[in-house]
This record gives sequence, C-alpha cells and structure tokens, in this order.
Amino acid sequence: MHTNNSKIPLTDTNQQATKAQRFLKLSGLEPLVVTADSNFINVGERTNVAGSKKFLRLIKEEKFEEALEVARHQVEGGAQIIDINMDDGLIDGKAAMVAFLNLIVAEPDIARVPIMIDSSKWDIIEAGLQVVQGKCVVNSISLKEGEAEFIRQAKLIKRYGAAVIVMAFDEVGQADNYQRRIEIAKRSYDILVDKVKFAPEDIIFDLNIFPVATGMDEHKRNALDFIEGTQWVRENLPHCNVSGGVSNVSFSFRGNNPVREAMHSVFLYHAIKAGMNMGIVNPAMLEVYDDIPKDLLEHVEDVILNRREDATERLLDLAETVVGKSKARTVDLSWRKEPLQHRITRALVKGIDQYIVEDVEEARLAAAKPIEVIEGHLMTGMNVVGDLFGSGKMFLPQVVKSARVMKKAVAHLTPFIEASKDKSSGAAGKILMATVKGDVHDIGKNIVSVVLACNNYEIVDLGVMVPPEKIIDAAKAENVDVIGLSGLITPSLDEMVFLAKEMERQKFKVPLLIGGATTSKAHTAVKIDPQYKSAVVHVNDASRAVTVVGDLLQKEKSEGYKKALKLDYESFRDKFLKRTKQKEYLSLEAARENKFKIDWSSAKIEPPKTLGIQVIESFDLTKLVDFIDWSPFFRSWDLHGKFPDILEDEVVGKQAKEVFADAQVLLKKVLAKKLLKAKAVFGLFPANTIGDDIELINGEQQTIFRTLRQQSKKYGSTPNIALADFIAPVESGVQDYMGCFCVTTGFGTAELAEEYEAALDDYNAIMIKALADRLAEAFAEYLHWEVRTEHWGYAVDENLSNAELIKESYKGIRPAPGYPACPDHLEKLSIWELLQVKERIGVTLTESLAMWPAASVSGYYFGNPEARYFGLGKIKEDQVNDFAKRKGISKEKAHKWLAPNLADE
Amino acid sequence: MSDILEILKERILVLDGAMGTMLQQYKFTEADFRGNRFANWEQPLQGNNDLLSLTQPEAIAAVHRKYFEAGADIVETNTFSGTSIAMADYHMEDLVYELNYESAKIAKQVAQEFTEKEPHKPRFVAGSIGPTNKTASMSPDVNDPGFRAVSFEELKVAYKEQVEALIDGGADLLLVETVFDTLNAKAALFAIEEVKEERKITIPVMVSGTITDASGRTLSGQTAEAFLISISHIPLLSVGFNCALGANQLVPHLEVLSAKTTMAVSAHPNAGLPNAFGAYDETPEQMATQIKEYLEKGLVNIVGGCCGTTPEHIKAIADLTKNYNTRKL
Repeated sequence: MHTNNSKIPLTDTNQQATKAQRFLKLSGLEPLVVTADSNFINVGERTNVAGSKKFLRLIKEEKFEEALEVARHQVEGGAQIIDINMDDGLIDGKAAMVAFLNLIVAEPDIARVPIMIDSSKWDIIEAGLQVVQGKCVVNSISLKEGEAEFIRQAKLIKRYGAAVIVMAFDEVGQADNYQRRIEIAKRSYDILVDKVKFAPEDIIFDLNIFPVATGMDEHKRNALDFIEGTQWVRENLPHCNVSGGVSNVSFSFRGNNPVREAMHSVFLYHAIKAGMNMGIVNPAMLEVYDDIPKDLLEHVEDVILNRREDATERLLDLAETVVGKSKARTVDLSWRKEPLQHRITRALVKGIDQYIVEDVEEARLAAAKPIEVIEGHLMTGMNVVGDLFGSGKMFLPQVVKSARVMKKAVAHLTPFIEASKDKSSGAAGKILMATVKGDVHDIGKNIVSVVLACNNYEIVDLGVMVPPEKIIDAAKAENVDVIGLSGLITPSLDEMVFLAKEMERQKFKVPLLIGGATTSKAHTAVKIDPQYKSAVVHVNDASRAVTVVGDLLQKEKSEGYKKALKLDYESFRDKFLKRTKQKEYLSLEAARENKFKIDWSSAKIEPPKTLGIQVIESFDLTKLVDFIDWSPFFRSWDLHGKFPDILEDEVVGKQAKEVFADAQVLLKKVLAKKLLKAKAVFGLFPANTIGDDIELINGEQQTIFRTLRQQSKKYGSTPNIALADFIAPVESGVQDYMGCFCVTTGFGTAELAEEYEAALDDYNAIMIKALADRLAEAFAEYLHWEVRTEHWGYAVDENLSNAELIKESYKGIRPAPGYPACPDHLEKLSIWELLQVKERIGVTLTESLAMWPAASVSGYYFGNPEARYFGLGKIKEDQVNDFAKRKGISKEKAHKWLAPNLADE
Repeated sequence: MSDILEILKERILVLDGAMGTMLQQYKFTEADFRGNRFANWEQPLQGNNDLLSLTQPEAIAAVHRKYFEAGADIVETNTFSGTSIAMADYHMEDLVYELNYESAKIAKQVAQEFTEKEPHKPRFVAGSIGPTNKTASMSPDVNDPGFRAVSFEELKVAYKEQVEALIDGGADLLLVETVFDTLNAKAALFAIEEVKEERKITIPVMVSGTITDASGRTLSGQTAEAFLISISHIPLLSVGFNCALGANQLVPHLEVLSAKTTMAVSAHPNAGLPNAFGAYDETPEQMATQIKEYLEKGLVNIVGGCCGTTPEHIKAIADLTKNYNTRKL
C-alpha cells in the first residue's frame, strides 16, 4: 500500500477560518449564505395576503395553482427569500399556510429559495415550520408578550431549525427611538444567545422603519434612529443581521413617486452602510442612488439624516417642482378658460359639480333642443368616463362622482326638456334593480345602479326587501329589459332561486343579473341558472355590469351572447358538481370524536365580573373612530388593499386617498351633529355544553344554542371544530360562561341616505351607508374590548393597537350567526329572545333574519384563550337531520336554512 | 465510555458494513424469522430483518462481532426500520420499543467484549434510525402534490419512541441515516432534542443523507450544501452521506460537506452500484481503492460501508485508514 505522501495537510488554514465564521445560512433546495461580502438580500413579499390584494383574492378563492404563479414570478424576478403570510380574518390561516407550503415544496423552481414564514399567530408559524425541509426564517417574534413566551417560541424555532426575525418590540410597546431600539435589541439578543443558546448568526433584527417628513417633530429622527440603531446592533451584537420594510420611510410622500424612489435609495444607501443586510424592497420603487438629481439628493438626505431644522419643509417645497406625478396644491382653474365641451368633459371626468349648471345652461342656450345637450355634450363626456373606467384608468368612486355631476346636469335640463315635450331621451335600456325579500343591504346594488345610469340606462330601483311578486309586477308594468337582483345574507340566495322559478313559470324572457356579497358564479350556475330558461349572469363588480348589460341588449350580439352564457354556466355547473363529489366527509359521530379538545381540568376559566344583561342607550360615536377597520370600507368601493397601505398603492392609491378624505369629511359631520345613533345590548351568562349544544342560564330562563360541526375529513391532527368545543361540557363539572350581543349604529342612516338621494348625491348616499357599516363593526370591536377588559374582565391587562385588534390578536372570539363559524341564521332568534334585542334597542329581524337597521352586528362571546375563528364548510345529511331534531324543526326547514352548507346539494 | 469526539480528533473511525447483506447468507426461512414467539402472527414476517434481534439474536451478535473483528470502531444496531411507521407493514407497532431496546443491548454487549479486550481501541454502538417508508415533504400521489402521507408530528412521535428505546438499550450514539427527505430527518432530530431535554442527557448524533442519483440531490431535491444547512441547527457529531451511490460517485458531495462544515464528516457508500440482479459485486480491494481518494483529499473522519459491503470490505478500509491522518477538526 502506498504510504509516500500520506500525511497530507487536510485543509488550508484560510478555508478553516472561513468555515468557522458565523454567517446566516438558509436553505431551500439550494443554499443561501449571507456573508459579510453578500449584497443586500431582497425578500419577496407578493406572497403575503396583507401585501398583495391579488394574492389575498387567490388564497380566499383557494386558487392555489394561480397563487403559486405569484411565488414563481417573485423568484424569477430575483427574490432571494419569499415571505409567505396568510394572516387575514377570513382565511383559515393555518390551513392555508400548510396547503400553500405543501404545494410550493413540489415546485423545484420556487422551492429552491428559502421561505420566510410570516404570521402574528404562533400556531400558524409552527404549522409552517412542520412542512418545510429547508432552513426557513420565522417572521417574527418579540418580547411583546413577555420573556417566558419569547423564550418558549425561540426554543421551538431553534429546534425546528429556522432563523428568526426579532421585532424591536417589548412589553411596553414598539421601539420608536434610538435608545429603545438598542435596549430591546440588546435584551432580546442576550436572552436568545445566553438563555436559549440560539445561534447569533440566525438572529435578524427588524428595528422598525417608520416614516419621516410627516411634519411632526417626534418623527424627524425616525430614519436616523433606525440607521444609528442598525450600526449599534451590528457593532455590539456579534454575528446578527438587520432587516426591515423600506417603503414605510417615505409614507408621507405617497403619490409622489420620484421623491419616494429617491428616499428609498438614500435610506438604503445609508442603512446598508450601517449594516442593514436584508429587507423588503419593491425594486420598481427604487431610484439608482447616483441618478438622483443633485438638489433632490441633498434635500432627501437632509430629511433622512435629519441634517436641518427645516429639512421637511424644504423637501416638501422641492417635491412640488419634481417633474412627474407630484400633485398641485392650489386649485388650478385654468381649465375654466377652455372650450365648453372640454369643460363639461373635465367636470364629468374629475367629478367637479361646482360649475356644471353654469356650463350646461351655456350649452342649452346654444343648442336647438335641450335634449341635444344630453345626447351631445354630456354623453360625449360620459363616454370618456366610460372608456377610462373600462380601461382601468378610473376607479369606482370617481365614476360615482361623475354620476353625481351628470345627475345635476340632467336635473337642470329636465324642466326644459319637459317644456319642449320631447321625452325620448333615448335610454339604452331599462333595468330593474332590487334587493330581494328579507335582505336590507344595498350598497353594492346602488353602485351598480349608478354606474349603469352613467352609461345611459334607465334604472327602476325598487329598493330593499322587495317581495318577488312586486319585482315581477314592476318588471311587467315598466317593460324592463333586464332584472338585477342583489343580496348579502345567505337566505337571499334562496329568494333568488325562488324568483327565477317564478319568472320561468310566468314565461319571462328578461335576462337576470345576480349580484351581492354571498352570491357566486358557482351558486348561480348550480342553483339559479337551471331554473330559468333565459339568460342568468352572475355579476359581482360594477365595471363588468356595464359590459354584460351591453352584450345582453345589443341587438347584433344578444342572441349569441345568451347562448354562450347558457353553455358556459352549464359546463361550469358540471365541473363544480364533479369537484364537490371528490371531497371526503366524516360521519357526524366520527367528526364529534375528532372534536377540538381542551383540557378542562387545567383550563383557567375566569368568571365574568358582571353577569346578566346590560344596555347601552346612546353611545358616544367619537369613541369608535379609533376602532374602525378601514380595509372593508375600500372594498365596498371596489378598491382592494389593506388600509393604510392602500393609500399608497400604485394603482388605486390616489382614488383610495380621495374616497378616504371624503369619508373623513362625512364622518366629522356625523360625529359633530350626532346624525347616527349607537346602541347596544349584551349579556354574560353561565353556560355549559351538552354534546354540540350550548346551554346558557339567565336567571330562571334557559337558552340553548345549537352549534354545527365541521365534517370534511381532516388530515393529521387537525380537529373537526364546533363552537361548542370552546365551552366546558356539563360532565366536566367545570362552570363555564359565554356572552351574546347586538350593537347598531344604523339609526339615522336611512334618513340621511334619502336626503342625499333627494339632493341627487348618490355618492354620499352610498358613503353614509358604508360609514355606518364601519361604525357598527367598530362598535362591535369596541364592545368586545370593553367586555374582555371590564365586564367579563378575563383580559384586564390587554393592551393592543387597532391594527392588532383587526388582526384579531386578542384572546377569545365573537363569532356572528350567518358567518363562517356558525352560518345558521336561526340562532339569531335565540339571541333576540334572550337579550330582548328588539324591545331594548329596537333592532329587528326580517323574515330572512337580516338585521334592521342594516348597520348592526350581533353575535356570541367566547372567552376561552383557545377559542378561534374557523369556517364550518360543508356538512352532511346526518348532521342536518340531527340539527333538525335537536332544534325541534322539520328536516325541510333545516335544509332550507342550511342550504349553502350542504355537501350533497 | 471514552469521549468519541476526542478520539475523532486523533484518528479516522471505521463504521461497520451492511447488516442485510450478512443476514442474507444465513438464508433464514419464514419459520426462522417467526421463531416460537411469533409462530402464529397473522402477517408474513420473512424480510423483517429488525425482528431477527428478537428471534435470532445470536446471528445479529455474530454479525456485529465480525465487523468489530474486521476493525470497525462503531457498529450500527439492527434497527433501520424500527419505527411504528415502518413496522406498520407487519402490524408490529407495539413491538417497536422492545425491538430497539433488545437490538441496542445485543450490540452493546458485543462492543463491551471488544473494549475489554482492546482498551486502547474502544468500540461504540450507534443506534440506527432509518428514514421510515413515508416522506413528509413529498406527495405519494402525483395528481395531488399537496397531499402528505405522514405529518411531522406523527414522525416525531414515532422517532421519539425509537430513540428512547435505543438509549435505554445502551446505544452510545444515534445515527439518523439514509435521509432521502430532510424533513423526516428534522423530525427525528426534533425528537432527539426532546429526549435529551427531558432526560437531561447529551448523546452524540450523526446524520447521514442520501444523494439518490447523478443529479447530485437528495430525493427531496436538496443539494449537498442545502442539506447540510437544513440539519445544522443542533449540535451534531458528524454529517455525511451513505447508500445509493458507490464510493466514487460520492466524492464531489463529500467535498462540499468537508469544505462547508466544522463538524466531522462521515461516508458509508455502497459496494458500487447494483448489478443487473440487484447484487453488489465490487470487491473489497476495488472499494478500498476508491476510499483512498477520500483519505488523500482529507474529506472524512468516519468511513464505513452500506449495501453490499461485508467484513472483508471493512477490513480493507480499516487497514487503509491507519496510514492516513484524520480530517482536521
């Protein structure tokens, strides 16, 4: 055997030294090693439901295949890590995280990069860690809930083999100055390294990037504190990393992209020099540092580095002159000097109603007949609006404002047209709109009406809670061309089916439009379309309504379009029915076996401080402002995105800002003049479960809530949940509690909306309803908080921001009958009886069990820390029969009310 | 027990060769596999090699003895399939603890005999922890890529049972091996960490992955370095590769590990690639020639054999290692 050169030096010292150095090392299918020489690591965040409305929609609709494309696009676009976040109230975050990660892992071109598992909920993070083989990053943990929880989570993260983002946040709150940043970072680091033995190179600090140039003195040092904090951390806390979301820093220059891009570059330039080595940056919103014009660079650096007392003012002044998209501060009236048609078009496009009467009068005097002004000047302007809207360059709130201008103009002309006895205004068609029997929600319906009216259709609006016979009579009497039905609550779906049947029986041929929040193409195709031989179309946004109605009514296209529709719905129906059959279900008995288990022997149950019913007669609305979740408000205007990010969204930001500003004006008015009334009734009671029923005791009176249990087959240790699982069973011998509530801010809404409608101001008529809805939700949120911290008092120490409330970071839940956890509306009747809601605060239930006034919220309170929101999903016949038996109602009645949740239909 | 890490700093340690290949030579019948105890078991048991620790313990001890005689420092327990998940095929989930405990005990007894005879060369028992027959990060159904046949939690529970029994039976170290899905290995490591914490003990852990083919990746798609990073979060005695490939084909992947980690590096390749009949026919000399490249390049600290290797192969390897310095730690 050869022995000559056997004693070879094994590794040169240089290599040994490199190996020993402690770098952040991550892995997907391939490694990512962040060395001192690495370039800035860019984290992709489009796979974050809070960061991308498209991704949110795809996840909500369970279009995981398309959602994968978002991830793939990120990786192809150069993201070195992808951040995945499923925190949204309407998503089962844990299930979505696991399902999406499992699919990602099967895609080698996505899975090659490491994954950042992003959630504010620990159980979602842990579920994510259990399905990814590579070394992930957890985003994030902090000392917010104290040292014990921080240590517990860090230990598990270490054991799962992930790196971690640590937020500069502690028991007191978020670090917002230099000193707090370094104190919290140091404390977190010491705990992690000394107590948890966490590898320091696996620690990534997020030191909170906050906006500068806000005009407030305390924000002046925001960027500088971050940069200096970063430097301190990198110098004093060996081996760790610093990250952050960069776009926050320029928040106050939303709308002025040249300035924002410069701010991002300057900020990064200095932050990276100080040691920031990874972060979330939108590459499209980044100027090349060297390409920033010299004066802009100087002004931006003055702000970022807080170099001058007047830095903000100087940058604001300069921003005005920065060519491009910056917004004029003074009202530019030069357009008033332009030709008449230009002025009218501009007034319509911009929604300026100040001068419209004046301009229309000028046009009328010049025209041969007053009708020519409508057919000529105004339609020319509205066509421009239609084109811009159709091509996505205008947004819904703008169009509604345009309609307001149009209405004013037409109102001015009408008397002259009447006088000249020329009534043929030549509407493109007549459309009947109605919210069906038992339903009171009409924001969406009104928006569609307005948009169709803008497009020269005559609208016959029958309002809300319209019985079927009235719809049919009016359709005949008015000889309408299309019937549009709207509804928000689930029983409305049945009403629509009934109406379609009735229309068929009476041999109607008029096309039927279906819209509203609970409607869907699936329901329309499976349940409504087969009932009616003529065309049925599901239309859920206003812009589509115009093209659909156009295609239905245009003579040349109509027949072909209707045939195509029928075929499309038929094939959609077939596919849908095939798909639903593939789902697996458990028997009710088996589902009960697999209930969500809480160890009642060790559960800590806090008895409510005040038992029984309490009424709040007239509540001060101003207290609710801070509790408003604005995101759904924008959704009601077809503007999608999370508040406040939506205000700086590249596409809808400008519109969102305007409609938000208008909302603030109206809100101020409502508050100042006390135009809406807020009332509430709630109660806390001893309760225990018997099987899936919750038995609640109020003095002598006993109320039983029937809960429904998930029946679709679960994998792994996922339980089949029912709300009853969150309350101690009688046989446990443990006394448990639960609550019920109803809040309203709706009294006054209808009157105000009518006033606005009378003044031809549909925009504000819709606005007040949207605002009242938000206030009602805010009231529910407020009252829940008060119950948690005071009346029940199980969370006296709770200290959550509004953002955290919206994210539902609190303990306990307040599910509402008619919503995913308990889709059965019938239980509302029990709440009404128990709390005497009608007698005490005047909120009533329609025959479909919708609440009136519409801006009301009712539900249950569950206080157990393990209680969580979930979606019931589909249930099987055995549970429907069991439910009917428990409730003492006929199987038919149970079927009717549970229809949307039946797996077999 | 002498500190294995100290010994590793001084010399290359030799791991044993294949257990299965050796047991094949006994040509055990169904009745031999069953013994008296399982004569009436409902499932066929031939091929359940782990069961032989209960029904043919002398054969298992004899194999261990042969490997120690050939010069091995470490033998692996006969527990490659000793989890409730893998044993479900034979409906022997309830025997898992006993199987592992007895296997470790048999190996430990033989190791002690040798250590007593040759105190300068202490012998060690590595509890063999296989990958199970299910994958946590791949779907067995090509039409449903999001489906998983086993969860992390299920794997963790199964591995924990195996780990506790191996330790109770006397294993000196634990060897998480033939890792084709890194997530399975992470579940095993998670279980080991839990046991260590609960019992307030430390025990050296070796992890050995499997590069399945010429793509240079694990079955679950990771490169050698990504695999290394994914399992480096807990302190390991060594990281390495085994099975699937012959010694030659492992070289580039061992080079990656050796360059990227300060941990010890291990390799126990197959005796070449299987021939047309599924047998391995690389001779001890042929294999030793290839292993020499590891030693010359200073790539490994622990070396042994996997499928198709015999005491003769291990002897050839052990003789070879005496002439080389160990990889620097």
